Amino acid sequence: MPKDHGIGAAPKRREDLRFLTGTGNYTDDINLAGQAYVYFLRADVAHAKINGMNMDAAAAMPGVVRIFTGADFEGVGGLPCGWQIHSKDGSPMHEPPHPVIAQGKIRYVGEIVAAIVADSLEQARDAAEAIELDLEELPAVVDMKAALADGSALVHDEVPNNRVYDWGFVEENAAATDEAIKNAAHVTTLELVNNRLVANPMEPRVAIGDYTRHNDESTLYTTSQNPHVIRLLMGAFVLGIPEHKLRVIAPDVGGGFGTKIFHYAEEAFVTFASKQINRAIKWTSSRSEAFISDAQGRDHVTKIELALDADNNFTAVRTHTLANMGAYLSTFSTSVPTYLHGTLMAGNYKTPLVYINVEAVFTNTVPVDAYRGAGRPEATYQLERVIDKAARELGVDPIELRRQNFITEFPYATPVALEYDTGDYDATMTKLEEIADLSGFAARRAESEKNGKLRGLGVNCYIEACGIAPSNVAGALGARAGLYESATVRVNATGGVVVMTGAHSHGQGHETSFPQVISEMIGIDESQVEIVHGDTGRGAMGMGTYGSRSIAVGGAAMVRATEKIINKAKKIAAHLLEASDSDIELKDGTFSVAGTDKSIAWGDVCLTAYVPHNYPLEDLEPGLEETAFYDPANFTFPSGAYACEVEVDPDTGEVSVQRFAAADDFGNIINPMIVDGQVHGGIAQGIGQALRENTVYDENGQLLSASYMDYAMPRADDVPFYEVDHSCQTPCTHNPLGVKGCGEAGAIGSPPAVVNAVIDALQSGGHDVTHIDMPVSPSRVWAAMNG
Amino acid sequence: MYNFEFEKPTTVADAVAALGGDDAQALGGGQTLIPTLKQRLNQPGKLVSLTGISEMNGVSVDGGVVTVGAATCHADVEAGAGAYPALAALAGQIGDPAVRNRGTVGGSLANNDPAACYPSAALGSGATIVTNTREIAADDYFQGMFSTALEEGEIITAVKFPIPDCASYQKFLQPASRFALTGVFVAKYGDNVRVAVTGASEEGVFRWAEAEAALSANFAPEAIDGLSVSADGMVGDIHGTPAYRAHLVGVMTKRAVAAAH
Repeated sequence: MPKDHGIGAAPKRREDLRFLTGTGNYTDDINLAGQAYVYFLRADVAHAKINGMNMDAAAAMPGVVRIFTGADFEGVGGLPCGWQIHSKDGSPMHEPPHPVIAQGKIRYVGEIVAAIVADSLEQARDAAEAIELDLEELPAVVDMKAALADGSALVHDEVPNNRVYDWGFVEENAAATDEAIKNAAHVTTLELVNNRLVANPMEPRVAIGDYTRHNDESTLYTTSQNPHVIRLLMGAFVLGIPEHKLRVIAPDVGGGFGTKIFHYAEEAFVTFASKQINRAIKWTSSRSEAFISDAQGRDHVTKIELALDADNNFTAVRTHTLANMGAYLSTFSTSVPTYLHGTLMAGNYKTPLVYINVEAVFTNTVPVDAYRGAGRPEATYQLERVIDKAARELGVDPIELRRQNFITEFPYATPVALEYDTGDYDATMTKLEEIADLSGFAARRAESEKNGKLRGLGVNCYIEACGIAPSNVAGALGARAGLYESATVRVNATGGVVVMTGAHSHGQGHETSFPQVISEMIGIDESQVEIVHGDTGRGAMGMGTYGSRSIAVGGAAMVRATEKIINKAKKIAAHLLEASDSDIELKDGTFSVAGTDKSIAWGDVCLTAYVPHNYPLEDLEPGLEETAFYDPANFTFPSGAYACEVEVDPDTGEVSVQRFAAADDFGNIINPMIVDGQVHGGIAQGIGQALRENTVYDENGQLLSASYMDYAMPRADDVPFYEVDHSCQTPCTHNPLGVKGCGEAGAIGSPPAVVNAVIDALQSGGHDVTHIDMPVSPSRVWAAMNG
Repeated sequence: MYNFEFEKPTTVADAVAALGGDDAQALGGGQTLIPTLKQRLNQPGKLVSLTGISEMNGVSVDGGVVTVGAATCHADVEAGAGAYPALAALAGQIGDPAVRNRGTVGGSLANNDPAACYPSAALGSGATIVTNTREIAADDYFQGMFSTALEEGEIITAVKFPIPDCASYQKFLQPASRFALTGVFVAKYGDNVRVAVTGASEEGVFRWAEAEAALSANFAPEAIDGLSVSADGMVGDIHGTPAYRAHLVGVMTKRAVAAAH
């Protein structure tokens, strides 16, 4: 029988009551007394020198409080990049300044040129139209290959060839990999594009800066996945505000998908300018602004080669990737194409040699950074597409080719620096074959063909590295941050529990799943547990939520703090029961002395901790509150196998996803309903990337897909009902919950399944098509079918 | 959005008078105009809403003609034009429920977006556009992308659609906007077949004469075999090349003929 509480139960999400009834507290719901509004005048050309600005008329307009330009930020720090990469030759990456407001030069459409603060937003907009800019347009750099060519215009004058870094990984593998490819029985080569995406969270970004003169404190309300990180980056590196004078609050946040990790200029602006004018300042992004100011995702162009021996064993993988950084280095941009991507290029396979070369490139486009999966989808897509192509070239079954090369013994040290602790790739593949009913595919294909449609089946595996990350490992690789997580567990006098976690929930359901863990450990009802997150004024320093890390790292910290609580409570119980604390057992919210009928309830022990009349005060402090910081020993390695079936309309090229199945190994599961939801959402995003979404700039750096009229988000009728299974569980060996994380799997695992299925469908119709770049739009499919 | 005056007259005469000012603009359901105002891409001094004029609202059927008041929203056309099923179906496929309950026939035809659905129904049916001053044949009304025969201040009050023997509208969706990437309206009136194409041409909605001739002789999908429209002058954008759109014209025409049976 399924559990009704604790780990493994599936209670409905308690936060959904407020989300679904319009009573959430999002940043834009916050309005402060006397607040002013800022409107950002954004560049409408991609690349230009700013020769002058005339603001006289604008400054005199009704309601205008003050207009800020780059000159106001000359003494202020730029936005920092959080991960330093070194090139193959040992030189550090180029890291040009990233100003809050453009200083002398515009580098992308959407960059802030001036900030108009006024009593109302409309007044600020009116004034923005009265600003006269004297611009000298420069040639825009858009295409990465052109950007790298000698003589190309430079986004930053001090960065030759617009090359941020030229990274090789693992350099010691380079020569042996070349040799293995030269000597291979077969080499499959594939060139592909991982299309640029706009994250499109339902809630656009919002920031409110609020300086209070009486205590010289600044508060920033912002749509962030990691308010503590924003406090550290903005306080220490941009504005020079010590952390005890700066509070960052990220209340209800309506989706992040990575793009709300980063520290943005608008946050720094409202915090800085609020102090200048001694008044709160609010900014709410319009959807149009989001398209040209939220960090975008993906945008890799890759050539991958897979070498096989005569028995079809993988012998080497070699890749070369161009990674678009956009015009500036966003907070974690540099880590995405490198350590979050190259380290995953072994995939689920025992390929002995892997070598990755990544050149990161500046262009006159919106900065690019992590988007759901961040580097791991790019790795999975290349690898699983090239394996599929190899299977077709060799005339072998793509599932069997994968099986033959699976890693089967754990722990397994990959040639790209990771050590997988657990996994069972054969088990997830077998489960997939069952839930996807692969044996029924031939009949379904025949039925589709009867209706004039081509039907294809695409299968792939994925592995990801989650629970980021051991701080010492990340630091050695260039991270400028620790990657632990914190939790404070506060037990109140009457036994209720408040957990202050450094993780942040922006759709993940932490307020429901985290109490399940506490309930399991203590045996109290989940309704007795409250989760507090998103406020640097309330919880200990935390690193936030991304990379599927919340339960694996934040949950582990909560377990550690709760263990401390239980240990202390046992001592109190032992005192009250006149027994040795080693004999005290805690079950279902009751402490008892082993082998006796003596017991005391959880609530009585908690009350005693705060009313310590009969209490071992000489040995034990009163109160019941503990904090733990948890730094993981390793990454976690969720993995799985996905299958997609599509129908292609040969007349129009339209692709329709008919079936989608996902067999995942997430280790232990806290709330299976929430896990299902995470996988569903991830697959929808993956199908969106594979079939619909594309971010297109013209040669002048103008964004052509700048609204929902041209940027195609997946809709409900673009996706099928999913078959999702997570019964294959190889628990993580190094965190106390045995969990691996599930937030990104769907988005990582699904794009190659979709594209593999389209290629399979076209080949079944006699079309000699081996690859179509994403998004696999009707026009692209039709063009491929018609040569 | 800039500030503007707002009037909501209840008669056509009052609306015409209200539109007499220099920078007054008529407002139907606002599905194009309001987003444009929000982007500050348009600055009318006055908006004159036409949706409060009862004589411009509703669907009636008389003598083989469906007459749709110009201020009738798409949802009401879908519900009320049962005598012309292809027209009702077209209305039911526009946008989403919110759009269909605000957007109007008159607004769509006055705007003449090259990817809108209604222009193909009007042209494909040989409809008559009724204004406050005259009646205009659909063949004379559409004059290129966003361009029509309407004079300054002239208001569409109704559209008369002759009911065909059979008809069908087949729309291939632009994946983002779900406007027509290419849409074809085919209608058969005795021996006379009309084929109107939207979404495909840089000139906006147009009649495909070659297909009309072939279908008038033989109203069957295979009558289209071997016919094609030139890619010259077709729209090319991030969703499809001119050649793709030209190809879709043929595919959608065949499908419309098949569905019209």
